[in-house]
Amino acid sequence: MEKNVYLDLGYWVQKKARQLGASQSALSLNHSRSVSVDYRDGKVETLKESTQQSLWIELFAGGRYSNHSTNDLRKESLEKFLTNAMDLTGYLTKDEYRRLADPALYEGQPKVDLDLNDSSHADITAEERQDRAKALGAYLEGQDERIISVASGFYDSHSESHQLASNGFEGQKETTSFTHGVSVSLQGAGDKKPEGWRYYRARHLNDLVGAEQTAKEALARTQDRVGAEKIASETMPLLLENSNASGLFWRLMGPLSAASIQQKNSFLADRKGEKVGSNLLTITDEPAIVRGLGSRYYDGDGLAAKTMPIFTNGVLNNYYTDVYYGNKLGWTPNAGGSSNLIVKPGMRSGAEIEASLDRAILVTNWLGGNANGTTGDFSLGVAGWLIENGKRVKSITEMNVSGNYNDLLMNLIEVGNDPWIHSSFRTPTMVFDKVSFSGT
Amino acid sequence: MVQMSRRDFVKITGTGLALATLPGFIRSGFAGVGAGDNPYSFYFQRFGIDKDMIRKVMAEALHYGGDYCDLFFQNELSNSIRLQDNIVNSASTNITLGVGIRVLNGNQTGYSFTEDISLASMKAAARTAAGIASGSAKAAPQTFNATKLMNYYETKTSYEDVGVKDKVDMLQAINDDVFKQDPRVVKASVSFSDSENYILVVNSEGGLASDYQPMLRISVGCTAEEDGKRENNYFDFSVRDDISFLTPERLKRLPREAVARTVKLFEAQSPPAGEMPVVLAAGSSGILLHEAIGHGMEADFNRQGISVFSDMINKKVAEDFVTIVDNGTNPHIRGSINVDDEGHPSTETLLVEDGVLRSYIHDRISAKHYGVDPTGSGRRESFKHYPMPRMRNTYMKNGPHTFEEIIANVKYGIVAEQFTNGQVNIGPGDFTFYVKAGSLIENGKITGLIKDVNIIGNGPEVLSRVTMVANDMEMAEGGWTCGKNGQSVPVSMGLPSVLVSSITVGGRG
Repeated sequence: MEKNVYLDLGYWVQKKARQLGASQSALSLNHSRSVSVDYRDGKVETLKESTQQSLWIELFAGGRYSNHSTNDLRKESLEKFLTNAMDLTGYLTKDEYRRLADPALYEGQPKVDLDLNDSSHADITAEERQDRAKALGAYLEGQDERIISVASGFYDSHSESHQLASNGFEGQKETTSFTHGVSVSLQGAGDKKPEGWRYYRARHLNDLVGAEQTAKEALARTQDRVGAEKIASETMPLLLENSNASGLFWRLMGPLSAASIQQKNSFLADRKGEKVGSNLLTITDEPAIVRGLGSRYYDGDGLAAKTMPIFTNGVLNNYYTDVYYGNKLGWTPNAGGSSNLIVKPGMRSGAEIEASLDRAILVTNWLGGNANGTTGDFSLGVAGWLIENGKRVKSITEMNVSGNYNDLLMNLIEVGNDPWIHSSFRTPTMVFDKVSFSGT
Repeated sequence: MVQMSRRDFVKITGTGLALATLPGFIRSGFAGVGAGDNPYSFYFQRFGIDKDMIRKVMAEALHYGGDYCDLFFQNELSNSIRLQDNIVNSASTNITLGVGIRVLNGNQTGYSFTEDISLASMKAAARTAAGIASGSAKAAPQTFNATKLMNYYETKTSYEDVGVKDKVDMLQAINDDVFKQDPRVVKASVSFSDSENYILVVNSEGGLASDYQPMLRISVGCTAEEDGKRENNYFDFSVRDDISFLTPERLKRLPREAVARTVKLFEAQSPPAGEMPVVLAAGSSGILLHEAIGHGMEADFNRQGISVFSDMINKKVAEDFVTIVDNGTNPHIRGSINVDDEGHPSTETLLVEDGVLRSYIHDRISAKHYGVDPTGSGRRESFKHYPMPRMRNTYMKNGPHTFEEIIANVKYGIVAEQFTNGQVNIGPGDFTFYVKAGSLIENGKITGLIKDVNIIGNGPEVLSRVTMVANDMEMAEGGWTCGKNGQSVPVSMGLPSVLVSSITVGGRG
């Protein structure tokens, strides 16, 4: 379908919902095409192409609310779908907090061109995709005699979305995404086959980190895992690799949400304006980064995306507040979730920081674990390196790091100047003091 | 992310989707439904297809001479309804419809799908998938033969016939019960999700199979406050069954367990750190098997030579009393399937027999690679995905000991009772699982409660350290979902009480 066809369908659905008795509605129509090519050991393993479309609609009727999705966009199907959806809505209990955003909050979108769509996407041929996927793996041929298998892949997608709300919001976005990566398995000691990987993602094809670098980093990260063992339990500094820091920070997004606050499931509840971390903890939500992986003009509620401080010098500034929970709490909605997270950088590079540590564990991989968002307790599996006198002296694995976020954030003692820009969490190297590691 | 990370995981499902509008419900389960010339007419009608169309699409899929092709038709209707802050104030529905077309050329896969089940769209998708091969065209089969299947989840009613008002009243009653259990409860949420999945698989060898796969999940969560502290926990059921599963007893148990599990966390501590004996309580502790051995036994990883178990078939990996299966045939259990998503009948697969590693979990590609029968484990998230070897219900059979004997044998350690998620690295075999709640054992007696701790170990090592197995096997009751290479499928797991003599506990003590 052409773009205006989706928009026209959106108007038609909106009108139909109104005729069926919806006092308000919000919807998005999404269309995407993606291709993935996976190679293993020089041969194509899978080729996959997909084109998909869907409708997501929220219905508000007589104070009642429901939401629905379907991928069957034929008008005769949609008519029945909407009729059933409205019938269902009628059985629910009225909820005074369910309403669309105040239209004033739709105003003030970023003025800059975020450049999220790479128009050259349409020119990529099937052969080029295969060549790219194959080339990634080929860089590792003959590089290490312990290699059991090398898998490499190239993935790209193009998505379009139209978002409409019956009180005047209209948004349209078109984005592309390109990812390539390599994973490697090596023969280790005994039956162990250490594995490692590296992948990079970008909005524009030309922004992807080079294939050779990607492949070599994947191999190096796998070689690092050979001979890894656990060491004795100990409390010491945790050095968090920049590419891996989001593993610790995404778990804060739940407790930072208005939904968790309102449902009394957040250890950060009632602490806005309080100091919850060290002076080095300054994190900002920044939606307007050109070509940023989390960049946006508006969120799912249609709220205009705006720069928002989350922590400033350790003080908690804002919760992510969507329209519904904002209404329940009496707060002005700001954003339903994170866009790009920017951490205020420090002075030194990751390597300089590492070289300055007497004894620490560098965390390069997470393995499972979880956090209790209500209390802030966490316990996570890690692998990485034991650092002594600034040097990596032993590869470690099969260990846990455990603690409470309240302590961890207060114990942030250094932040690097090396944000990882290949993620919407642009985290630099970080050091947390007095962290409990468990091993033998 | 496809294939980049092999850190496969399992987790408790979030609030799902699920109420629908079924055009025509089939009353008895039916992998091989009805009589007549075309026992699949219900499905053909549902998808608006006929054999001639299928042949035309297959001819397109084999245009470049692939070895094999299959068409996977799916229509899933999901509904959920949710209570929060004492009112049933939100509902969701989802409809999924489409067909996935796969072409195999040796071990290589070409895949495409379309949401538009018209001949033209299907042919276009088939031509895309066909591109994995580069030879001369092969012919589509002339006849299709229905695969004979059992039904492991016979149902009497459709969720279509369950009134929304009945669900609303049910959720409201559960909510009232939650608050009656304990004055410390300050918030409750209840969600009810159902889904009905209709699938039809047809392949170029003339095989044809269909299935109706119902799923129910009901979950109760609550938050309690005591002395300025808050804790949150939940309890849920998930089964392939109809609404009759929710007996008055079970509806009473949901709020009771949710509250009991929440308030006991006030008394729980983080356990000590380091290696110690861990007793896995009967039931969802089967997560240990899912991570420690299950993923590593999926034959795609072994065919590629990258699993820690790749060279271990017929080797002794555990004590004689350890027998582990992955089974798709347990009545009404969440991970059961009558037929896999490649059309193979579901089976019980023996992973470990009397301590010896026996069989991998196969899909079509790996079964052919190893020259063995398929195990009925080729599963996929939806028509948008190609199948892979996946677990169904993974559990250990009963052993010679009792729970009391096991506890009495532990000088200092923990009992792991409730879990939220786990993960594994297939190659080295390192795995984790997160213990939401459990108990502390001192000198052979349970002396306290523990909470929120990750456990990390190595699959083969931990299997060899299973030193006692009790006779009290139970299956997990909740809604577990397994993720692998970006695809999620429902699974279950089970375990008798088991002693692992030593494993690393991520406590803070």
